[in-house]
Amino acid sequence: MEKEVVDAVVSFAPVGKGLAIGLSAVGAGIGIGLIGGRAMEAIGRNPEATGKVLVPMLIASAFAEAVAIYGLVIAFSIK
Amino acid sequence: MAINNINEQPIIHETTIYAEPIFNIGSFQVTNSLINSWFAVLIIIALCIFLRLNIKKIPGKIQHIFEMFLEGALSLCDQVTNDRKMTLKIFPLAASLFIFILINNWLGLLPVVGSMGFLAKEAGHSVFIPIFRAGTADINTTLALSIAIVIGSNIFGIIAIGAWKTFNKYVNIKALGGIFTKFREDKNVLIVAPITFFVGILELIGEIAKVASLSFRLFGNVFAGEVLLASMGAIFLYLLPTPFLFLEVFIGLIQALIFSLLATVYFTIASQDHGEHEEESHEKGLAHA
Repeated sequence: MEKEVVDAVVSFAPVGKGLAIGLSAVGAGIGIGLIGGRAMEAIGRNPEATGKVLVPMLIASAFAEAVAIYGLVIAFSIK
Repeated sequence: MAINNINEQPIIHETTIYAEPIFNIGSFQVTNSLINSWFAVLIIIALCIFLRLNIKKIPGKIQHIFEMFLEGALSLCDQVTNDRKMTLKIFPLAASLFIFILINNWLGLLPVVGSMGFLAKEAGHSVFIPIFRAGTADINTTLALSIAIVIGSNIFGIIAIGAWKTFNKYVNIKALGGIFTKFREDKNVLIVAPITFFVGILELIGEIAKVASLSFRLFGNVFAGEVLLASMGAIFLYLLPTPFLFLEVFIGLIQALIFSLLATVYFTIASQDHGEHEEESHEKGLAHA
């Protein structure tokens, strides 16, 4: 009976939700930062290639961001 | 996200991860995102009929714009498939996917969507159920699309290179058979062949991962955008959601592009045989050098 009372007051679900999105965001942030950095280097070396570098950079960033979105979906689905 | 309503006066609209059913046709539940998908299909049909009836040999302005888009999309597809004939086979599916997902994503940004609805009593307290919701903000839509694409790519592979080669990509019986035939020439085959066999089994798990990643990427981006807009609107309704609306327009476009691009990539990979693939890349390497 004590366990149920304690569970009603102290629930670790919000901690789980926070960790789920927080940790995935760390990975995604590092990934997108690296992609952007390399893209900036490429543009700096060859400013004329900006158009050619931009679209693949955006596509790669969307892939990296999608992994953080997986974590967000899990965070939403934890009650 | 359970909120205990102590007094029932303030009705909080929580965006649920599952689309809410609006009415039933027989025993089939029609959800609010399904209504949006039908609406998107209506828009596509109207657009197609309008363009088809007004098509001319010397293009007018609207036809010219669409032809420009067509050229751009075909060249993007060419970069993936490296073969014009393959592009022409895959392109209708990829382009329809792109247009369907794009219109569904963008319809979810209209002011009508998500705000018009009715109150329903659920488990004691009133819940606000919106009549419209973005079509792709429902995991069912994206899951259906991704399962269809993954199964479709395998069927395309069977049509392109035959059922035996496609089967050997997953259950690599040819590698196991190679143990007996190649044993005299190359003793390494005894160790390499079982590894190749297990890599084939992993490919099967990879297909399921493809389904999960495709569906979750699209669903997560659109759903998170909805929640973001609702939260920004709850903080301050005027001018604050505007930059986020632009972000959502951009993300809708990018996600539709990525989904159809990935579908093209999967179809292309499924239609390529491993042995031919290595020869082709060797030829290309020599051609560039």
